[in-house]
Amino acid sequence: MKQVFQKPESLKDVQTHFCPGCSHGSVHRLAAEAMDEFGIRAETIGVASVGCSVFLYSYFDVDVIEAPHGRAPAVATGAKRARPDRIVFTYQGDGDLAAIGTAEIIHAANRGEDITVIFVNNTTYGMTGGQMAPTTMVGQKTSTSPYGRDQNKDGYPIRMAELLAQLEGVGFSARVAVNSPKNVMQAKKLMKTAFQYQVEKKGFSFIEVLAVCPTNWGMSPLAANEHLGNEMIPYFPLGVYRNTSNL
Amino acid sequence: MSTKLFVKGNEAVAMAAIEAGCRYYFGYPITPQSDIPEYLSRELPPLGGEFIQAESEVAAINMLLGASATGVRCMTSSSGPGISLKQEGISFMAGSELPGVIVDIMRQGPGLGGIDASQADYWQATRGGGHGGYRIIVLAPSSVQEMYDLTMQAFDLSDIYRIPVMVLADSVIGQMKESIVANPRPVTELPAKDWAVRGRREGQSQNVVKSLKLGDGEMEAFHWKMHARYQELADKECRWEELQTDDATLVVTAFGSAARIARTAVAMAREEGLKVGLLRPITLFPFPQKAYTQLTRHCKRLLDIELNTGQMIDDVRLSVAKDAEVEFYGRPPGAGSLPTPEELLEQIKKHYS
Repeated sequence: MKQVFQKPESLKDVQTHFCPGCSHGSVHRLAAEAMDEFGIRAETIGVASVGCSVFLYSYFDVDVIEAPHGRAPAVATGAKRARPDRIVFTYQGDGDLAAIGTAEIIHAANRGEDITVIFVNNTTYGMTGGQMAPTTMVGQKTSTSPYGRDQNKDGYPIRMAELLAQLEGVGFSARVAVNSPKNVMQAKKLMKTAFQYQVEKKGFSFIEVLAVCPTNWGMSPLAANEHLGNEMIPYFPLGVYRNTSNL
Repeated sequence: MSTKLFVKGNEAVAMAAIEAGCRYYFGYPITPQSDIPEYLSRELPPLGGEFIQAESEVAAINMLLGASATGVRCMTSSSGPGISLKQEGISFMAGSELPGVIVDIMRQGPGLGGIDASQADYWQATRGGGHGGYRIIVLAPSSVQEMYDLTMQAFDLSDIYRIPVMVLADSVIGQMKESIVANPRPVTELPAKDWAVRGRREGQSQNVVKSLKLGDGEMEAFHWKMHARYQELADKECRWEELQTDDATLVVTAFGSAARIARTAVAMAREEGLKVGLLRPITLFPFPQKAYTQLTRHCKRLLDIELNTGQMIDDVRLSVAKDAEVEFYGRPPGAGSLPTPEELLEQIKKHYS
């Protein structure tokens, strides 16, 4: 019998702690598949952030450093400079990367650090219970924006993929989504490109993944995926925003 | 071969770091320590090392965390406000049992304060500084030679005990030029860094450097393990200098720059026939408690001198015999507030009996 589907080698054969319908499992898998394709599992260092993604080391079968909240790009910078022959990636949520860690991501990108950043944008702080994030949609109700995000007081959701694409140090910046089979296929392709940038030493690579948080959104997984498609993608358009080496 | 040099304290720190095998430095400009990043930005690249001027003190300490996690020797340096910002990373390094050298050329404070000689941050340095309840090793040089020697030792201590080490000085020691002997790195047997994150090679188990501890009893076990390690430090690594304490009826105690002034005052007192000595802690954590306990068996009067309103005195009082008296003379830091040897001699005479 021919095996047509299996767990990526770069992932451990364990159950995750993620809620039903959460996108993290899909994003983990895409990253692991990219590592498998390049055969880099044994030389990869992951940098975990603070939030639901902190348990990176429980799921990825790679060495992992746990960073303070928002500091993963700085930690990855230190690791990559010390071990330039290794593949270093960070995996960060929206509160981590686009709020408390804004300085670290901007400057790691601007220095053109040879790392890959996976940015999971589900418009909320998942682990702490669904508070307002820098990417929370205007009008979106969260546990700290009970009347809905008010752009006059809270500002607008930040488009990180576009913002980082303005920096000369960035090699690759793209936004993908994992809410439908079609979008997952495209995400798989661009996740691979993001790692290819580092494998070929072409510079800093950034991939923003639009994700769902059914638990904190108060939606069923199906409704959450529809919400992502109907509400998030129009504001956070999918696409490649910078690709200096045309990979 | 040992080389004789005439250098600034801050330069001695940078030279010692290179001699100790440190090739990775992450920092941010702040007075009065900027000679350190300036020196290393020039000297590290030709050695194949990495110098990064980080976007912030927070980023610099986290770069240190990342580099250290991969097993290399690395250093950062700062002062006052910058050290405050680094506390997050220092706490995470302590929680992750990561080595790393942090140089603090103290400024005055609180707030922006000022840049003159100061011992305002004894508490911040020796009490952990960040959240969670931990200690770091704190070394207090009192001369440019010690800036060199203690920085060198800082790397070994940090690797052996897997605890961040702080070299704590101020502008008097950092900006002053003295002649030093730049000794080569001693041969020390160091434990293998088999915990380091290097990219998991085939056949090796996964290494994780982290401070999150959610398992049943895991956090408590960590704290007791570290408590035992701090005790081991206290047993094995306390360093101090004693000067003319054998027959002394009054012993002055001071560290760092204050000890330099105190040393002159003690010499002046001796010239006048007063039996006065000096006890100078070199390790502030572990604090050389036993030196005070032993000393106060025969000398019952101490005069603690600091460039603040009294911080180390907490540790001195906890260390002396119950019947010993501890007097205090301090000058809170600031321009024009550095005490003279004559001023200290007056204090010695006031408390001498």
